[in-house]
Parts: sequence; C-alpha cells; structure tokens
Amino acid sequence: MRIVILGCGRTGAALARIMAAEGHRVTLIEWNNDSLERLGGKFTGAVITGNGLDEDVLKKAGIEQADLFVALTEGDNRNLMAAQIAKERFHVPKVIAKVNDPIRAEAYRERGIYTICYSLIGSAMIRDLAYDRPLGTVEEYNVVPPELKD
Amino acid sequence: MYVIIVGAGNVGYYLAKTLLNAGHEVLLIERDKRRCDLLRDEFGESVMRGRGDEIRIMREAGADRADIVVACTGDDEDNLIISQIAKWYFNVPRTVARINDPRNESIFQQLGIDATVSSTNIIYHLIEQEIETGEVIPLAALKRGNIEIVDVEITTRSPVVGRRVRDLPLPSDARIICIIRQDNALIPQEDTVLEPNDSVIALVSAQNERHLRTVFLEEQAV
Repeated sequence: MRIVILGCGRTGAALARIMAAEGHRVTLIEWNNDSLERLGGKFTGAVITGNGLDEDVLKKAGIEQADLFVALTEGDNRNLMAAQIAKERFHVPKVIAKVNDPIRAEAYRERGIYTICYSLIGSAMIRDLAYDRPLGTVEEYNVVPPELKD
Repeated sequence: MYVIIVGAGNVGYYLAKTLLNAGHEVLLIERDKRRCDLLRDEFGESVMRGRGDEIRIMREAGADRADIVVACTGDDEDNLIISQIAKWYFNVPRTVARINDPRNESIFQQLGIDATVSSTNIIYHLIEQEIETGEVIPLAALKRGNIEIVDVEITTRSPVVGRRVRDLPLPSDARIICIIRQDNALIPQEDTVLEPNDSVIALVSAQNERHLRTVFLEEQAV
C-alpha cells in the first residue's frame, strides 16, 4: 500500500514506523523538523517537510497515487481540511482523520470522512475498566454517547 | 439581517462595526477571553466568547436564524470548518470564509462554501491590473468569478472617444451598465457618446475581460 501520513506526533510517528516496517510505502509530511526525531534511525519511508494543506506538498508526497491518507496533526480542523482535500481533490480511496472534539468527529464521519476520536475512545474504555466490564470494540467506543450530546 | 462573525481580529472587528452602523444585527464570536473583554466595552451584547467551530456555541449564538455567517479567523482550516458546520447544522443561507492562502479558493468552493474573500488575491489583482494597463480595474467577480464588473477609465487617446455606445465593437457577452462623467452616473443609451475621462462600468464574462479592454484602451497599452 502507498500511505501518506500528515503529522509526526506520537501517533503519526508510530504509525509510520509500523507500516513502513510491514513493507508499505510510507511518506510522512511534517513541518517541524524537531518532531521527526520521533521516527528513530530505522525508518525506511520518505519524509516531506512542509504544510500538509498545500496541494503542491501533498502531490510531492505522492497523494495522487496513495491508497490511504491519514491526518494526525494536533489540530482537528487542520486534519478535517486535509482529509477533505485528500478525498474530494485527489480521490484517495481511504481517508482517516484524528478529531478530538467528539461532536465534530461525528459530524464529519456522517459525511464520509472516517474520524477517530481519542477522547471518546479513551473515556469509554476507562469507564468499562472502572466498572470491571469486558472491553468493547473501537467501533462501539467511537460514537458520541447521549450524555455528550448538547 | 442577522450576521454572525467568527473571529474578532482586525477584519472581524471592522466588519462588525460597519454592519452595526448600517443597522444590522451582529454577533461577534471570539475565543480569546482578553480580546472579548476589551470588545465588550464597545459592542456589549454583540460579543460572545467561544469557538465558532463548536456546534454548541453556534446554537447558543442563534445560528439557525442567521442570514450570513462570516468566518474570518486567521486560519484557513478554521474558517472552512466554521462555514461547513454553519451550513450543515444550521442551514445558514450564506457562508463567507476569509482565506489567507489564495490557492485555497477553489477547494473551499468545491467543499460548499458560498463565497471566499482573499485579501492577498484582491491586492494581487489590483497590482497586476495596475502594471498591465492602469485603466481596467475589476470591481467584483460574480457567479464565482465567471462574470466580472470592471471599471474602465477612458483616456484622451482611447479609440472610443467620440463614438456612440451602439457603435462600440464590444464582445457579445459584455454590457456597459453605467458611465461616470464628472461625478455623475449616467445610464448609457445607444446614442450616448463617450468622452475623455469618462469611467465606464461594464459587466463582462471573465474570459472576455481582456477583449473588452482592447476595445477601450489606447493601442500601446494593450
């Protein structure tokens, strides 16, 4: 698979290392050179330094041939904009974005951007642990519970 | 009209002021507490603290009865999401987003934003026009840029001086809508004769703007 990952935070770096080690062609986009240290010395993928909302940078990262695009920067809106560019502009078949605001995550998931909400998944999982209940699936955790609506 | 403005930087601030003076109902949403406190002295109830990309805040702001939402924060990605949420959740009839990187204009349009404003682009076009001719200034782009309203200054050496409107070799999709002559606005008739120092306001398709220019301008300027 050809994979373009935006954002070399902890998740982006870990994902890039794992997928590259499994033999995929990974390109990582990050504008802060210091963050790239997280990749360690053995990363076999490519790195592009630049703004992930810039179409020229995305093209340079090979988004036109990508099978998967993942947006993992610190900014929800940044991830959502990048994901929409990948989907609508470059027709990447699979697009995933990290979105920390549960409501926004749901809004865009309903409109075809697969969003992952760590705050929902983490809180739901901790609740199950607190009650000593068997853990659910990510799909179950990744939806907005009624308590959080409104 | 009820206008919600998200982002109280310089653009949002002066826009709010202008709209309030014109008698519109305005709500200015700003996420920075200190900035909000400062603005409250001047705008009172017309300022609200919060993030315009949060559905809860927009509901509180009464976005469902807003005629326009203007997203003018300093970040393009925030302006995109603010506008989309306003459209999807509150059916706001018109969303206007400020963009900083002019290349984002087409992606915003593709993603459903009604209008984008890029000061970079406006200034760039003014400069470009200034260098190219000095006489044709685009006033506005309509229909997402397919039709433009342009202002053409008629110089003494323009080939149209002394000619009637009906005799001008205009492109078929251009119309002269107004002639400004010594601070008077005239509605042109077919036999109106053009004079030096007239300002001609015309409607023209984007692809024929250059053609229109060649009709009015002295040859060496084209």
